[in-house]
Amino acid sequence: MTHIMIALSILCILGGFFFFTTATIGLLRFPDFFTRLHATGKGDTLAVFLSLIGLALYEGFSLSALKIVIIAVFMFMAQPTATHAISRAGIRRGIKPWVKGEEK
Amino acid sequence: MIISSDDIIIKTIARIFVPFIQLFALYVIMHGHYSPGGGFQGGVILGASLVLLLITHGYEEMRRRVPEGAVILLGSLGLLIYSGIGLTCLLLGGNYLDYSQLSVILHVDPAHARAMGILGIELGVAFAVMAAVCSIFFDISTGGILPEDEK
Repeated sequence: MTHIMIALSILCILGGFFFFTTATIGLLRFPDFFTRLHATGKGDTLAVFLSLIGLALYEGFSLSALKIVIIAVFMFMAQPTATHAISRAGIRRGIKPWVKGEEK
Repeated sequence: MIISSDDIIIKTIARIFVPFIQLFALYVIMHGHYSPGGGFQGGVILGASLVLLLITHGYEEMRRRVPEGAVILLGSLGLLIYSGIGLTCLLLGGNYLDYSQLSVILHVDPAHARAMGILGIELGVAFAVMAAVCSIFFDISTGGILPEDEK
């Protein structure tokens, strides 16, 4: 049983690493503000969620695992909201979205 | 001056989060003996929750819920708690902030009196820090000019 839990947690944490990597590549290589925000907003949210769930699975049923799950739920709600607020601020500031064919 | 956001997502999430942030701040204050944290950190988190309320719901709503006079009063109360406990220890014959002297008043052994004294001090520090953070952010966001001054 513990072996299955540890295997699951390793899978979750590796998935978290994968999404962190893709989000960072998106942040570095996408052309403009909104696409970069899209990459980091979505990728980092899922990556943090997967990493924390992996840690909670490794911990097993305990108070620490409950705290980690609460942090994961908090991040899962707070991070998209922050992304949303930043993108609205960008629109208000007058940043034009990138369209295909333009210079970066 | 900061006006209320017209975005329902941001306002709703902020409204849901503020009580939990304040609960976590109280946890940080109370758990300061055993884990990282304490009065300063908890006070800053309390202040940050009120700053979140201010930047999402605007200055008018914030002033309706947390008047500026109450903030200044809370800061003074925190300082009074801190110096009051310290001076009580001094009056009871110990050094300033020597909590073990409080065992005479609290009717517990000196070790428990130390724990309770530290908790009281941290509550005082938390109130003072929260009031300072709020007061600084009020002043920055309004430019020091209150709406009734403009009328």
